[in-house]
Formats: sequence, C-alpha cells, structure tokens
Amino acid sequence: MYIAIVFLPLISALISAFGKNKLGDKGAQIVTCTSILIVAILSTVAFWEVALNGQYQTIKLLTWIKIGSLEVNWALRWDSLTAVMVIVISVISFCVHLYSIEYMSDDPSIARFMSYLSLFTFAMLMLVTSDNLIQLFFGWESVGVMSYLLIGFWYDRSSANAAAIKAFLMNRIGDFGFLLGIFSCFVIFDSLDFNTIFMVAPKMANSTFNFLFWKNINAVTVISIMLFLGAMGKSAQLGLHTWLPDAMEGPTPVSALIHAATMVTAGVFLVARMSPLFEFAPEALVVVTYIGAATAFFAATIALIQNDIKRVIAYSTCSQLGYMFFALGVSAYPAAIFHLVTHAFFKALLFLSAGSVIHAINNEQNMKKMGGMWRKTPWTYVMFWIGTLALIGIPFFAGYYSKDTILESAFASHTGGGKFAFWMGIVTALLTAFYSCRLLFMTFHGKSRINHYTFKNIHDPSPIMLIPLLVLAVGALLSGIIGYKYFVGTQMHVFWGSTIKILEEHNTIKAAHHYTPNWVKLLPILVAFIGISLAYIMYILQPSIPNKIKNVIRPLQIFLLNKWFFDELYNYLFVRNSFRVGWLFWKTGDNTIINGFGPDGISMVTKWCAKKVSIWQTGYLYHYAFAILIGLVALISWQLAFGS
Amino acid sequence: MIKQWLLTIVIFGPMLGAAFIMTLRGRTDQIAYSSRCLALITSSIIFLISLLILAFFEQDSAKFQLVQKINWIPSLSSSYHIGVDGISIWFVMMSTLLTPICILASWEAIQKRVREYMIAFLVLESMMIGMFCALDILLFYIFFEALLIPIFLIIGVWGGVHRFYAAFKFFLYTLVGSVLMLLAIISMYCYTGTTNLLTLMQTRFLPEMQTWLWLAFFFSFAVKVPMWPLHTWLPDAHVEAPTAGSVMLAGILLKIGGYGFLRFSIPIFPEASADFTPMVYALSVMSVIYTSLVALVQQDMKKMIAYSSVAHMGFVTVGIFTMNIMGVDGSIFYMLSHGIVSSALFLCVGVIYDRMRIREIKFYGGIAKNMPRYAMIFMIFMLASVGLPGTSGFIGELLILTGAFQVNTWIAAFTASGLILGAAYMLYLYRRVLFGKLENEQLNILLDLSPREIAMFTPLIILILSMGIYPSIFTDMMSASVESLITNYKAALNENAMSNLTAG
Repeated sequence: MYIAIVFLPLISALISAFGKNKLGDKGAQIVTCTSILIVAILSTVAFWEVALNGQYQTIKLLTWIKIGSLEVNWALRWDSLTAVMVIVISVISFCVHLYSIEYMSDDPSIARFMSYLSLFTFAMLMLVTSDNLIQLFFGWESVGVMSYLLIGFWYDRSSANAAAIKAFLMNRIGDFGFLLGIFSCFVIFDSLDFNTIFMVAPKMANSTFNFLFWKNINAVTVISIMLFLGAMGKSAQLGLHTWLPDAMEGPTPVSALIHAATMVTAGVFLVARMSPLFEFAPEALVVVTYIGAATAFFAATIALIQNDIKRVIAYSTCSQLGYMFFALGVSAYPAAIFHLVTHAFFKALLFLSAGSVIHAINNEQNMKKMGGMWRKTPWTYVMFWIGTLALIGIPFFAGYYSKDTILESAFASHTGGGKFAFWMGIVTALLTAFYSCRLLFMTFHGKSRINHYTFKNIHDPSPIMLIPLLVLAVGALLSGIIGYKYFVGTQMHVFWGSTIKILEEHNTIKAAHHYTPNWVKLLPILVAFIGISLAYIMYILQPSIPNKIKNVIRPLQIFLLNKWFFDELYNYLFVRNSFRVGWLFWKTGDNTIINGFGPDGISMVTKWCAKKVSIWQTGYLYHYAFAILIGLVALISWQLAFGS
Repeated sequence: MIKQWLLTIVIFGPMLGAAFIMTLRGRTDQIAYSSRCLALITSSIIFLISLLILAFFEQDSAKFQLVQKINWIPSLSSSYHIGVDGISIWFVMMSTLLTPICILASWEAIQKRVREYMIAFLVLESMMIGMFCALDILLFYIFFEALLIPIFLIIGVWGGVHRFYAAFKFFLYTLVGSVLMLLAIISMYCYTGTTNLLTLMQTRFLPEMQTWLWLAFFFSFAVKVPMWPLHTWLPDAHVEAPTAGSVMLAGILLKIGGYGFLRFSIPIFPEASADFTPMVYALSVMSVIYTSLVALVQQDMKKMIAYSSVAHMGFVTVGIFTMNIMGVDGSIFYMLSHGIVSSALFLCVGVIYDRMRIREIKFYGGIAKNMPRYAMIFMIFMLASVGLPGTSGFIGELLILTGAFQVNTWIAAFTASGLILGAAYMLYLYRRVLFGKLENEQLNILLDLSPREIAMFTPLIILILSMGIYPSIFTDMMSASVESLITNYKAALNENAMSNLTAG
C-alpha cells in the first residue's frame, strides 16, 4: 500500500501520456482521476496507521548510488510528517484532477495536462516520502520541472514561456544553495540519510569547517542556511520570490495545486523535516525568522493594489508562506505544518473558486472588469467567502487556529526575531483582511463592469467543478478545529513522535500554551475585523475613496504596483549583464583574442611569411647564382674572421 | 582463446566491414543502399560482440583484462598489447553503441559518396576502439592519430559551407597537440627503453622531466577535451560536421582527453599532476563559466550545444583532478552521460536540420505543435543535459561536485554555478525552438519523427534513465580500477614526500 500510494500516480501519468491514441482524452481523465482517488483513500488509511497509531517505517526500494562512503537508497520513509503531507497532497490533487476535467474541457491537449498533473503528484510524493537528502532533491527538482511544464502549458503564449523559465531558474538559484548544503552535510556527517544525520547532529553541533570565505565556521549553521536557501527558492521567499506571481500564467488548477497547496510548501516541509538539524543552528533559525516575517509583510503590501485576481491570491500565498517560515524560525515547527495544512485547503479553495469566476466570464482575470456577479454565481460566492474568512483567520475557520498558534508562538519566543515576527504578523493580518475582502468585493459586489452580453450568461459551474470546491470548503472549515488537538494541542507530542525535534528551551508552542496574555490572543481577530471594515468602507460604501488615496500616495502606489522593483533590478543586474558578458566573451574573447592570436593568427603569419619567402623563388638562374656567390663570400669571410 | 581475441575482433571487425563495402559494384544508388545496410549490419554485429566484453569482464579486479600481447616492433620493444579495465571498458561500449546510431542518423541525410562515408565511419570506429584498448603507448599514438583522418574527411567532405576551414582548424589544432605528445613519447622511450604502458606506470620519472612530459601530454589532451582557451576548434567543427560527425565528436572524441588524463597523465606523472592541479582547476572553472555564458548568446543551435559541451567537459576535468573516488568516478560517469546526452541533442538538431536545412534558432519556433513526439524526446534530453535527478547527468554532476567540495569549497561553488547557467541556456534554446507561436509558415510542413528516428533515440533514452535511476550497474564496474588508480597516485605522492624528507 505504501508503495502504491507513491507510484500509482506515476503509472497513471505514463498510461495517459503514452496511451493517448487508444484511450483518448476521456480515458486519460478517467485513468488519472481514479488512480488519484485510490491514492487519496489509501493515504487516509496510511495516515491512520502511521500518524495516529505511530507505525513508522522505511521501505527500501533500490540502492541508488553507492560510491566510496556515499550510499543512497531509493526508499520511502513513513512517519507523521510524511503522512500529513501525503494526505494533503493526495486529497488536493484529487480535487484538482476532478476540477480540471471541466475547467480544461475546451483545451486541445487534455491528456497531456492530466498526465502532467499526475506526474507532478508523483514527484511531490517522492519528495515527502524520501529518507535521504538526495531523493528529496530528486523530488524537489522534479516538481520544479513539472511546475515549469505546467506554467508553460500553453506554450504558444510567450508570457507563459517566460514565466516558466523564470520559475525554473529562480528555483535553480535556490537549488544551488541546496546542493552546497547537501555537500556540506556529506562532508560533516559522511552520510545523507536522515536517520544518520539526525542521530549525529547533536554531537556535531559545534563542529566547524572552512566554507568559501569563512574559516572555521559552524558547520551545522552553514548547512542549515544553505538548505534554507533552497527552501527560499521553492517557497518564494523574499529575494527569490519573483517567479511565483508570474507563475500564474499557468492554468488555474495548476496554480491551486502547485503554486498554493503543495509545491511551494515544500520549503516549509524541508525545514520541518530537518528540524533535528536546525535546532542546533540558532543563527540559522534567526535568519529564517527574519526572512519569513519580512516576506509575509512585503508580499501583503503588494497584494493590496494588484488588479489581477490570481496575482492577488499568489501574493497572498507568498505572504502566508512567510508566516510558516517565521513559525519555523521560532521553532514552532508543528504550528508551521499546521498552517501548511489549513492553508493548503483554503488557498486551493480560493484558487479554484477564482478559477470558476474566470471560467464564468470568458477567461477574464482583471478585477476591474468584474463586479456584481454574486447573485449569478451563489455557490462560487459562498465558497469564496469560506476561503476568504479562513485566510483572514476569523474564529472557527481553519486559518484562525493555525495562524493564531503561529503568532502566539512568535510572541512566546521572547527573542528579538520573535518580536519582530509577531508585529509583522499582526500588521500582515490587517493587510490580509483588507486585500482579501477587497478582492471579494471587487469581484462579486458593486456595479458590474462586465460587458452586458457576457454578464447574461454567467452561471455557477457544473457539479464536477463544484464537488472539489465543496470538499475543499469542508477542509477549510474543519481542518482547524479537528487538527488543533493533534498538531499543536494536547496530543502534539504523541502525534509528532520522534519526527520533529524541538529543544526544550526552544519550545515556543508549549510556552504559548503555558501563558499568553489575552491581548495577544485578541489582537489578530481585532485587526482582521478592522481590515474587513476598511475594505467594506472603501469598496462598497464609498467606492471613490481608493482613487483619492491613490492620488495622495502616488509614489508609494507606483512602488507597490511595480512590486518593489525587484524584477527590474534583477533584470538590470543579472539577466542583461549575463547576455552582455556572453557577447563579449564570444565576439571579443573567442573570435578576436583566442582565434586572432591562436589558429587564425598563426595561419595568417605563416601565409605572410611564405609569401615573403616565395619572392626569392624567382626562377631566374642568375638570381640563384648570385645568391650562391654571396653565400659563399659570406661563409668564407666568416671562416677567415672567426674560424681560427 | 575467444577471450584473448575478443578485443582484436571488436577492433578490426569494422575494418573488415569497410573492406566489404569497398568491394561493392553496381549502380550508384544500389551501392549506396547496400553500403548503408552493410555498415549498419557490421556495426550492429560489432555492438553485439562487444556485449561479450561486458560479460567476460570481472568487475572486482583492477587489472587489465582480455589482454592480448603480440610482438610487433621488437627493435623498439613495442608490442601489439591490448586490454580493458574498468575505466576503458565503458568507452569501448560507447563507441560500439554510437556507431550504429550514427549510421542510422545518416541514412537519409547523406546522399553523395555514401560508400566512402560509410567506410570512413567504420574505420573511425576501429580506430576509436583500438585507442581505448591500447596498452602500448606507441600503439595508442598510432590509433590516436589515425582516427583524425576519417573524422577530418567526414567534416571536410560531407560538412557544411565552411567545412574546409573547420576541418583544417580541427586537424591542425589536434596535430599540434599530438606532435608534442609524440616528442614526449620518444623521450620516454629514450629514458626507459620501452613503450609498454604497464612498465611506464611503474617507472618513476625525475620531477623535472615529469613536468615537461606532463605538459606535453596535457596540451594534447586539453585540445581534445577541449579546455578553455583551446576550445575554439570545437564550435566550428561541430557546426560544419554532418549530424553523425557531431555525434562522434561529442560522444567519443571529446572523451579522449579525459581518458588520456586518467590513463596517462595521472598514473605516469603523479607528482606533476599534483603540482598542476590548481592550474587545471582554474582552466576548468573558466571553461564552465565562460563557455556557458557564450552558449547563452548563440544563434546557431549546433554552436550552442557545442559550447555547452565545452562547459560540461569543464565539470569532467574538475572531477578527474580532485583525485578522490567520488570525483573520478563521477567524471567517468559524466563523460559517458555527456556522450549520450550531447550526442542525442545533436541528433535532435539533426532531425529538424534534415527537414529544413537551417540551423538558425530564429528561424524556428512553435514546432512542438506539429512535432509533439519530437518535443517530448527533446525535452527528455534537455532535462538530462540540465542534470535533472533521475537522469544520468545528475549522478555525474553530483559525484563530481561532492568530490570537488571535499577538496575545495570554492571550486565546487564555481563549478556548480554552471548548473544555473546550463539551465538558462538550455531552457532558452528549447523555448525559442519548440515553444511559442508557430509563425513561420515554412515550418508547417514539418513532420513528426519517423520510425527510423525513434529507433535511433530509444536506446539513448533507456540508457539515460537507467544510468540515472540505477547507476550502480556502471559504477560498480569501474570502482575497482578507479580505486587502484587513486591508491597508486596517493602512494606515489607519499613516497615522494618521504624521499624529500629524507633528502632534506
């Protein structure tokens, strides 16, 4: 069963890709959807056995690399963390598969799409079930490739292609760090297996080595920071985030599955997985905290004024990932994973609902061209509300439990980073409430800005698209209440077992349970309501306010609209210069200098010499006779002068 | 008995086939057809026979196996001495595998002088296998030089517009290198009185002498690799060569350099190798970064892949000179992987070049639409070239970089930056050729892969994936030889250090 969970999606992907002619599009849809459904059911059973009953196990499949002291296996590691990730991935993947049947029904290459989705699911499952860093890297890169292929799924759009390449390259930059982390890990631990690393980590906490500029630097800190660099790439953290908003060029189901629920959370998973290592690298945790908190705030500010419905949600994802990271940074790993789970449900719900909005109005994504459609699409509207409330963190919705735990842990950590993160988190919560409601109001309320003809035909999607929404809505409503006890509540230690390691002095969740001032508990809810009211005033009561504000803070608006000018900066610094240097090396380096002084130059000199020498070959006898005579005279003179 | 003659049969079998083709008589088109068939049959049979080498090979032994030794030039005490070990065996297999694929690739692309073309290819195969098997340095030199002739003809006769320039550039570059190597061989002979490789490996040359001999060999091999700044022949040669010629260049000829370092430079001149290691690192890192950036701005598909080859070979030279098991194993593995992947990429370019006769990247765009199978296969090779885990490229890169990291973190970091650049230029190429809108109307006539082309790609895909998922089949065979190479090297260095201590 544990093997089937991982490999069924691969098999169904291959069947639907290669059996295209026999199966047809329908067949591909049936094969992939059924197999993912089976996987989802099986993974529930696995969750029961592994996470709730503690039957941890590692299944070795094959020796992968065995050279010198490096030994790496293909293996499936099943523990609580894996089981949680697997159930999230398989359930959401199933919803997305089902949803895509209708959403993509007009597309010419349905089979290709379905097989990509299944292949992605396989890669993601490989990632979370790996028992060593290399297999994790396999999954890591493979989900990257699938994301590249799915972002660029409509390959005849040049913007989609550009976004796909950007996503891949930004991830590669993160992976560069990840790889250096893996190498350092191998140098220090002489193994890449999680079990070995985790066992040895406490002993190695103070070991040092030379790394690039730094002599005798703490090895565990370097490894952790390098691995975190990888996580930053995949999870779109500040600095390496620019690819995520552009990734919205892909079909909406893809955004829901890959760029909200699963792949982008792989970075969070990585840090949680490596918690026995990060716990011994306090400096690295501080870095994680600051970057996470900064990302949460930064992305939320941009989301305030974007007009593309998907981009707003994308920036919101980025910002929520920031929450997860600063939770990791204050050693509240369970809280981060808890938020990962709830976020997966409500964010996938939001994306798929946004998808049905887009689907309903002929693929329009600009919110300025929406509005007033809530009566026409009541189901979608309700779903959107559930997702939004869960995102804002209104009590009893899923996001409330996880986000509050994170904020409380950050507060309870009593460190500089924790304080910074807490206040950033509160401000972000305000911004989140504001932009989410702005999104909702602009889309569904107010005067319709859709053209008349389209407006008449707007309707809710068919059941095939609604069922996934309902499933996700149930998740967004209940996953918080049910999960709280196990993830971060009284059952926490039993549930996580040995999976996640938290040093006693870092245990912020426990500290938060122990004592949290009431204002800390109430503040997030308060700011959430402030945010909602502000959005209500500005977008429903007095729609003229936003424009007035815009005129007042023009420079700030431009700054935000251009996403803090990250793209321009990177483009200017790296992309353009790479090309420029490439040209220089090619034209000047290769052609002028190397060829000029090398082969071409030498052959030219040879030719020139030959020409000059050949002048002497006149063919006239008297020239030769003269040369002989001169030579003779010279020789004899030389002999006479120096001979004796 | 069969064991003793097996290598000789594999070496000279293709020549025999070539001789058959030479005797063909009849109308031109008949000759063309039958020489194609004959060449394919010969090379396939040789491939099957070469599988026996794998079967007979004992992987736990670091010794040369399947050895045959016949007196050849007694006055020079040179002999026809051949054999394989864990390092060379895979290069032999590569040669026997790629030749039939090359012949398949030239099936329709070559229409003039088909007979001569096929003969050139079979002779080339003989020379390559002979070179990888030779255990006598003079014999090695003869094969090493002789294989220039067929490849020179292949570029010069069946090449593109500027084929003469490219062919001569290639020939002269390598010739300068090999003349130096010949001088080195002569001086080694004068010093030791033998050309037997095994004896030479036992000989300790004086440090001064080692330096010069090492440089002579290095120059010759560095041209072959090619290492920056001796690489400029490669783009021209690749661009002008017919597809199959490019495959041979990328698949086998570039590996001669790496093989030469492992077979000659390091075991015979250990101290000099150790002394020059920093220089090799510097040149390799330069190769990786410099040529990756150049590859990024290329406008000709073949030229771009050629530059990417230079960058990838930079990884190989880094790996070899780390002189630890991971680095060396990794670089051998990476050479094999690169041999397959870049050959496959050249074949991919060949597929559309055969149809449109244009290599400009700008000309293409959006052909994934009418060539979906081609797009998928190209994607697999592109990802292997980028080093996606699960493909052969990743294992090689991982091992090389791990090896390098143990030696020096800077080298590993610089080399690893090639991974980012590599992804950049490959994805950029793929995007411009296959993705986008199909705007050029001339491209509408493009047909998807024919069964012949699929037959040519299938073995390569299987190899890439099996090397990526279960590399032990390959690494287990080389490990004994690599280990002994490294132990001998370390022992020689230690001995040297000891003698210096006692002398001091």
